[in-house]
Amino acid sequence: MRIALRTAALAYLGALVLVPLGMILYRTFENGFVAFYEQVTTPAALAAVSLSLTIVAIVVPLNVIFGVVTALALARGNFPGRGILQAVVDLPFAVSPVIVGVALILFWGNDGWLGGALPVIFSLPGMVLATIFVTLPFVVREVEPVLAEVGTDAEEAAATLGASKWQTFWRITLPAIKVGLAYGVVLTVARSLGEFGALTVVAGGVAGESQTLTLLVHARYIDDHNVFGAYAASTLLMGLALLTLVLMTTLQRKRA
Amino acid sequence: MAALALPKRRAASGGAGPLGLGIATLWLSIIVLLPLAAVLAKSLEGGVGGLVDAITAPSARAALLITVGVSAVVALINVFTGTLIAWVLVRDDFRGKSLVNAIIDLPFALPTIVASIVLLSLYGPRSPIGLDLYATKPALVIALAFVTLPFVVRSVQPVLMEVDREAEEAAASLGAGGWTTFRRIILPSLYPALLGGAGLAFARAVGEFGSVVLIGGGIPRETEVASQYIAKQIETDRPASAAAVSVALLAISFAVLFALRYATSRRER
Repeated sequence: MRIALRTAALAYLGALVLVPLGMILYRTFENGFVAFYEQVTTPAALAAVSLSLTIVAIVVPLNVIFGVVTALALARGNFPGRGILQAVVDLPFAVSPVIVGVALILFWGNDGWLGGALPVIFSLPGMVLATIFVTLPFVVREVEPVLAEVGTDAEEAAATLGASKWQTFWRITLPAIKVGLAYGVVLTVARSLGEFGALTVVAGGVAGESQTLTLLVHARYIDDHNVFGAYAASTLLMGLALLTLVLMTTLQRKRA
Repeated sequence: MAALALPKRRAASGGAGPLGLGIATLWLSIIVLLPLAAVLAKSLEGGVGGLVDAITAPSARAALLITVGVSAVVALINVFTGTLIAWVLVRDDFRGKSLVNAIIDLPFALPTIVASIVLLSLYGPRSPIGLDLYATKPALVIALAFVTLPFVVRSVQPVLMEVDREAEEAAASLGAGGWTTFRRIILPSLYPALLGGAGLAFARAVGEFGSVVLIGGGIPRETEVASQYIAKQIETDRPASAAAVSVALLAISFAVLFALRYATSRRER
């Protein structure tokens, strides 16, 4: 019985996850490493990597700053409407990525509420806004419970001893939330690199200009019929995802 | 005590301070709330009648029904396979178990478009095992089962760890078989976790786009899911129709998540 259950569970995971993953790896490297390397270093691929990393580089600091401020307000504040604010933070998890794109177009776009006052859609700011929308909960949700748990005793002691608000934050609060914050950042980076649905709606997807790695995978498969190139770019993304997973496990162990 | 209570109260009103609260509210409004409000406003541009018309247009209604149907099937599959995997991870012991445990999270870390490509390589036109499911409903189910794999496993796993072994042993000593013990002793304690995990999986599946887009084919009224329909409406410059179906899709996921939250809070009381 035990063996039968184990076999069934492993067979399901194998058919759904492991064998397909192995298939992609095999297809990527069956022509040797050089062929893979050539596919991920074409001008379009390099531009896609650089755009994806640029988005991450803008999104992460913004999420850290506003995420910590929001977490502090939620964990320490006792104000009317706190429940509503909590719900709004979780909202992005419940919204389909495509709807995120639609929302941004209807708000920032030329016919939107802001009448296109800022050039956002089909350019980098739009992609950044879309990515922030989908990653917004991560830092808040990782930092807030830690803040609630460590309490305010150490901060109050520091304040009593004459530390300024900044000093208290840098010396007391930040070290306490360090691991939670790092976990939130790792989740943010992974989701930013992998975002696709919102970007297909908001980004122009022009090769070499507004094409991220995920959009490149799609374009190579659908538009260019370059299946091998799509596999190679997917493998690159898979490598980044694997790195994320390793970091997540390490941080989880640190936290436990 | 009074002296101790005093700074606590100050901290409660302070913390990030009113400035922090203001910044947080402004940030959430600009990034999340106002854009979503714009969707709602757009969907009601032609009045409630216009909203209903856009949602009940034949291919819109078909896309919504397919989405809900396939997501329900996927949630149900997850209830069985998720419980099975969680059980094996908690009660069984074999070499490489920690690796299997790590693999469960892979679908969360993997970009959805990569999930689509990965599944297509095995279950698509170039399938090495001759199993071409491209542009069929089973393909949708496989793609959604992939991205929702962690939900039920991760909600059931901790509960299984906590289950009272003594009650099981007592049942066994009274002559109950393995299946009877599972059904009568363990399963009742798993219901909340199963419901929670399945609900989250359903909510995720309903909005999914990236993993479905390549393998699903997007054939109207057959494999086109709601998110694909919405994207197509935007491409063909019909924002009002896109907004209307978005509102319908949001209403479905909110209803599920709200019901879950209500069920959990009732149980806790």
